[in-house]
Amino acid sequence: MYRYDEFDHTFVHERVAQFRGQVNRRLSGELSEEEFRPLRLMNGLYLQLHAYMLRVAVPYGTLSSRQMRMLAHIARRYDKGYAHFTTRQNIQYNWPALSDVADILHDLASVEMHALQTSGNCIRNVTADQYAGAAADEIEDPRIHAEVIRQWSSLHPEFSFLPRKFKIAVTGAPNDRAAVKVHDIGLRMLRGPSGEAGFEVMVGGGQGRTPMIAKTIREFLPKQHLISYLEAILRVYNLLGRRDNIYKARIKILVHEVGAEVFRDMVEDEWALIKGTPVELPPGEMERIRTYFAPPAFEALADLAPEFDRRRLVDPVFAAWTRTNLFEHRQPGYAIVNVSLKPEGGVPGDAEADQMDGIADLADRYSFGEIRVTHEQNLTLPHVRKTDLYALWQALQSLGLATANIGTVTDIIACPGLDYCSLANARSIPIAQQISQRFADMDRVHNIGELKIKISGCINACGHHHVGHIGILGVDKKGEEFYQITLGGDATETAAIGDIIGPAFPYDGVADAVETIVDTYVALRQNGERFVDTYRRLGGEPFKEKLYAAR
Amino acid sequence: MSTRKRKPGLYMATANRLVDGEVVFLATDGTWAEDVTAGAAVDEKAADDSLAAAERSADACVVVGPYLIEITRGADGAVWPTLYREQMRALGPSVRTDLGKQAGPSARRIISDVPL
Repeated sequence: MYRYDEFDHTFVHERVAQFRGQVNRRLSGELSEEEFRPLRLMNGLYLQLHAYMLRVAVPYGTLSSRQMRMLAHIARRYDKGYAHFTTRQNIQYNWPALSDVADILHDLASVEMHALQTSGNCIRNVTADQYAGAAADEIEDPRIHAEVIRQWSSLHPEFSFLPRKFKIAVTGAPNDRAAVKVHDIGLRMLRGPSGEAGFEVMVGGGQGRTPMIAKTIREFLPKQHLISYLEAILRVYNLLGRRDNIYKARIKILVHEVGAEVFRDMVEDEWALIKGTPVELPPGEMERIRTYFAPPAFEALADLAPEFDRRRLVDPVFAAWTRTNLFEHRQPGYAIVNVSLKPEGGVPGDAEADQMDGIADLADRYSFGEIRVTHEQNLTLPHVRKTDLYALWQALQSLGLATANIGTVTDIIACPGLDYCSLANARSIPIAQQISQRFADMDRVHNIGELKIKISGCINACGHHHVGHIGILGVDKKGEEFYQITLGGDATETAAIGDIIGPAFPYDGVADAVETIVDTYVALRQNGERFVDTYRRLGGEPFKEKLYAAR
Repeated sequence: MSTRKRKPGLYMATANRLVDGEVVFLATDGTWAEDVTAGAAVDEKAADDSLAAAERSADACVVVGPYLIEITRGADGAVWPTLYREQMRALGPSVRTDLGKQAGPSARRIISDVPL
């Protein structure tokens, strides 16, 4: 884990004191709402449909057990006992009082957390593969570079007022679990010609009202040049990005309008001016940061764990959980454990304070005190001994966190939607709940296999519907909630934007429509095909026929 | 204060309370009620006056973001927001009926009259 140095501590505490003064001046009337709004947003505080909402940064999705306990404490003391993990690997509190926010930020600062870069037209909290430092397919731990980016981008004087918000995602493995191709900048680690680690640099991806897949503008960037190259991209964007039209202000529009090749040439020209200058990361700094992410003290274990295998044989429910919720660890005898925040009929991404405390305890007992937040709104315990998996699973069951559905039809991403969000046109969460209840039979869920459903309550696409195998977008049609369905989206290294399948469905018709789509897939799939494979092979027609034939 | 011609009907001024963000509705006595059924529903001719009172309250740092919502009145005189977005805002999240306004008596009343 990265630990704050003296500079970080001082800076964050000064920022809390500064915001406390700003809140006091707002409450006393010295500051108008117009004056206060940008100040609160710079500290992650929004005013939503029902109340204020505080978005707390979880840089690259990495949390310690101590930090998780503080998040639980805040939920309990200042909120309504629960909080919401987001598709940006952050956590949101739905009910904080303005008068409490400085105290909340003070408590967060005590565990090296804050709410900076969670709003505004700056470089937002950087996201990364949740399996960082643990995955068997990893080339290098992306958190080292994500932390470098965090330090470089925090209050960057040149990039604090960009044309629009700016999101960077990093994956350290060829298999993309961080959706890097739908970010403003996506970085994918790979090996260069001499075997050295570096990055494929992709620019101009994004969702929202104009979804686009990022274009590769550099096949290989040596990692020591990461900051100067990012600086070059941001300079070009800062200069040429449109500030006259909020809907055309993201970098994806610029890259699309000038073309990826022209954009790349502009970046390369800018880079030539700063490459090798003090803009680069100082020598030794990357190695200093790397020490914070040194692997934990793994035991030397055999990869085979007979007790684990025996439990799987005798307990079919445990066996089912191990098939969906575990991922291969790089260290023999260990596994990566995914903790589903999608129980049947639950609110995707929500966790009660007691569950957060429970996860923190389990992280201490079984995973070196480490927890990750995934962009799919689940949690991960990254380093668990296989021999501990059965005991861990039993403990997760008692917390209501042992649903065996990672990557399945009920592991649904859903934005807060109209239940909480002032931008939303329709509800997202109840749609996810209906689908989750419709597919309550776990044997059926496991038979269906990998299927990613993603739901957004408005065109801003916080629920990533464009890249869902089945995407669902809530729209307002003459004062009623309707839902447009897309098929064939993909957030991974084979990223694709889904195709609209036909006219929208009313609120009460969405679960039926999803079931029809799933049943059509099951009837048509060939050996080993995932939903998205069948869709790519057959296109939308068979699904369209089933969905709309009776209309 | 700008005035505009409004379509005939009932209106109510709403805002968020500054100190805690709570959704509130302007009552007849000029105070802010957390319960929409305690808010003052006024006709289109009085709507601008309600909004002006709400804006003065915002200037006095009591509330933030005041605006008018359309209101429906039932046969028994009970009022609720006409648009589902405003029903949601008046009630709290439809997915947490165990806490907040969703768990209150007026929520049950509104939900039974106008299912979300």
